[in-house]
Amino acid sequence: MSELIKGKPTSRRAFLRGSVAAAAGAVAAGTAQAGTPDPLITEVQPWANGFGDGVDATPYGLPIQYESDVIRRNVEWLTADTTSSINFTPIHALDGTITPQGCAFERHHSGAIDLRKEDYRLMINGLVDTPLVFTYADLERFPRENHVYFCECAANTGMEWAGAQLNGAQFTHGMIHNMEYTGVPLRTLLEEAGLDVAGDLKDKWVYVEGADASSNGRSIPMAKALGDCLVAFKANGEALRKEHGYPVRLVVPGWEGNMWVKWLRRIEVTDAAVESREETSKYTDTLADGTSRKWTWVMDAKSIITSPSPQAPITHGTGPLVITGLAWSGHGAITRVDVSKDGGKTWETARLAKPGEAKALTRFYLDTTWDGEEMLLQSRAMDETGYIQPTKAQLREVRGENSIYHNNCIQTWWVRPNGEAENVEIS
Amino acid sequence: MSKFLKFTLVTGLAISATATAVWAAPFGLGRPALLEEIAAWDVKVMPDGRGLPEGRGDVETGDEVFGDQCAVCHGDFAEGVGNWPKLAGGWGTLDHDDPLKTVGSYWPYLSTLWDYVNRSMPFGNAQTLSPDEVYAIVAYILYSNNLVEDDFELSHENFMDVELPNAGGFIVDDRAETEYAIWHGEPCMENCKDTVEITMRARVLDVTPDDADSTATPEPAAEPEQKAEASAEPAPVAVAAVDPALIEAGEKAFRKCSACHQVGEGASNRAGPALNGIMWHPAGSVDGFKYSGALQAMAEGGLVWTEETLSAFLESPKGFMKGTKMGFAGLKSADERAAIAAYLASFSE
Repeated sequence: MSELIKGKPTSRRAFLRGSVAAAAGAVAAGTAQAGTPDPLITEVQPWANGFGDGVDATPYGLPIQYESDVIRRNVEWLTADTTSSINFTPIHALDGTITPQGCAFERHHSGAIDLRKEDYRLMINGLVDTPLVFTYADLERFPRENHVYFCECAANTGMEWAGAQLNGAQFTHGMIHNMEYTGVPLRTLLEEAGLDVAGDLKDKWVYVEGADASSNGRSIPMAKALGDCLVAFKANGEALRKEHGYPVRLVVPGWEGNMWVKWLRRIEVTDAAVESREETSKYTDTLADGTSRKWTWVMDAKSIITSPSPQAPITHGTGPLVITGLAWSGHGAITRVDVSKDGGKTWETARLAKPGEAKALTRFYLDTTWDGEEMLLQSRAMDETGYIQPTKAQLREVRGENSIYHNNCIQTWWVRPNGEAENVEIS
Repeated sequence: MSKFLKFTLVTGLAISATATAVWAAPFGLGRPALLEEIAAWDVKVMPDGRGLPEGRGDVETGDEVFGDQCAVCHGDFAEGVGNWPKLAGGWGTLDHDDPLKTVGSYWPYLSTLWDYVNRSMPFGNAQTLSPDEVYAIVAYILYSNNLVEDDFELSHENFMDVELPNAGGFIVDDRAETEYAIWHGEPCMENCKDTVEITMRARVLDVTPDDADSTATPEPAAEPEQKAEASAEPAPVAVAAVDPALIEAGEKAFRKCSACHQVGEGASNRAGPALNGIMWHPAGSVDGFKYSGALQAMAEGGLVWTEETLSAFLESPKGFMKGTKMGFAGLKSADERAAIAAYLASFSE
């Protein structure tokens, strides 16, 4: 390949620095009809007269080098060690709704383990007629389904309770991904083991546990387990990535990501919640008076403008502007998203790219014109239950500032005349 | 359960074809789990004490075991080191700003503590504690929270007598009443508020990670080479052999060491010494670390960390250095040992 093609990609910082100049340039370009001819057009470029890569240059393709900053990022000060930590999906740089596995956020409690399909075993025990062990090959013989679901960590936006803290949609809202899963309904496996011995299923639970050293375990009420939970082994058409639980993870649609146990190894029917570490000392939401809510599983409706945003400033000057973002609800489908440019004084209803799907990300667009004035951008989601995404003030009024989890408040980006955006809190 | 019936009808043929199956099931997939297998994996302990194995451990023993196994991260008094979890203290802070949530101030069930220590701890070396050790550690954590006296012994017999202070501090999710009922209906679209003012800015706080450009730059070789030039005097031969791929492999393998050792910018001594600049230097020379007598003796005998000596030590710590404090079983893979040496060498001034 020629040196030109391999040219060093512009760094994001340089890109940000150049944004003001670029904005000014765009204005000029629009009017300078009689300017110099563009050499990219008038001169034959290397890629237009030589060869590109042959097939198999990369047997499994990665994004082109110019996209090398569209990656997961970690906030180091959040945790003591990367083996028990979280990173963030670069939602500011993605579009559509499906999250590529390679940049979908990771959350591990004891590191992402290396578990071969051949070494994989899944046990069902407890209050079942016949405790069973399945191999990976067994799972592939059950009838399977395909569904698109979002997976959001309950701590997403958790650093923003006390104030605007992290400057980027990736960091404030990036503990989320959305994939098409292929798997076997959990119900099918429970019925395979038989639930007659469990008696009345109303007060029964299903405890699920992972194969890694943390053996993260969560208790799920039987109704949910027999509802839409999926024992998944494919995501976006291919095997799960190691960091997302290869070869098998649990999908618990609409509920907090911690319950989506990775490297799923054991399913137990119990007569009570186990009250494991992750459902008592963590993933419980402390209110202002010191009492804490437990079993807050559902992720309420939420939305975020992904562009413009701090990591995705406006670089093109005034005129046509696409404001876009994501909305989702653990209670069902998104029915509407409103966008405000003035911090919530007035709202316009955005266009949904497709009708909302239950418990999956919905992409919205507001195709608008920017006059170059500053904006206080907000988005507000509504779901099929009629729920309206609350403001930060509304949330705090009910919960105080110490809940950590389930912060689904309306986010504000302050876009300035130079196109840069910042995470702010407003009155 | 009509679904059972339907499955049976549809798959009736398949089931009769696999008549060896001894249990009645819709698909006949999988095999019965053996009791030994269930016992090996089902180690959960319920809030009512079901699942607890027989055993006992007292505070004094717990102090010792905790010191050996847990204090690296959780501190000698369960007060927590750095960003690692604090297990004691925080009593009465749940209604304050930034409450401190510990076993004593927050956890509702003692079973959770026993279960978690037993299944997930020590971090990086899970499921190596005996039931007696777990009882002892749990007793010590109770003691650290002023919940028992120093002569207390915890066992399967008295386990249920212990009630944690915040047992009554939880309510079941009430969002349906307190939130969904309010945030509902037709939202305001115009003249929704009179004034809007910015009250807080993320840039002022400035805790967002600096951009990760450096990791995205596709020239990983550049920096190590420059470093090699800068440090060329003490050990030119070893440094010249820098191989970025090997260093990267070493970084990965080093995770096995990272529970006890830090390396790189800001590294400090923990259970093991910080490892900046140890390669090609005499052993036992990290400031402020209390080495074992065994290591000091070998250092006085002229031990210098080279790829060969470090590899021998990592292969069999106790074989290479009888009496070492390093509680590491050893690293079988010669490739990994070489990679760790290369990785540590990249942190030599």
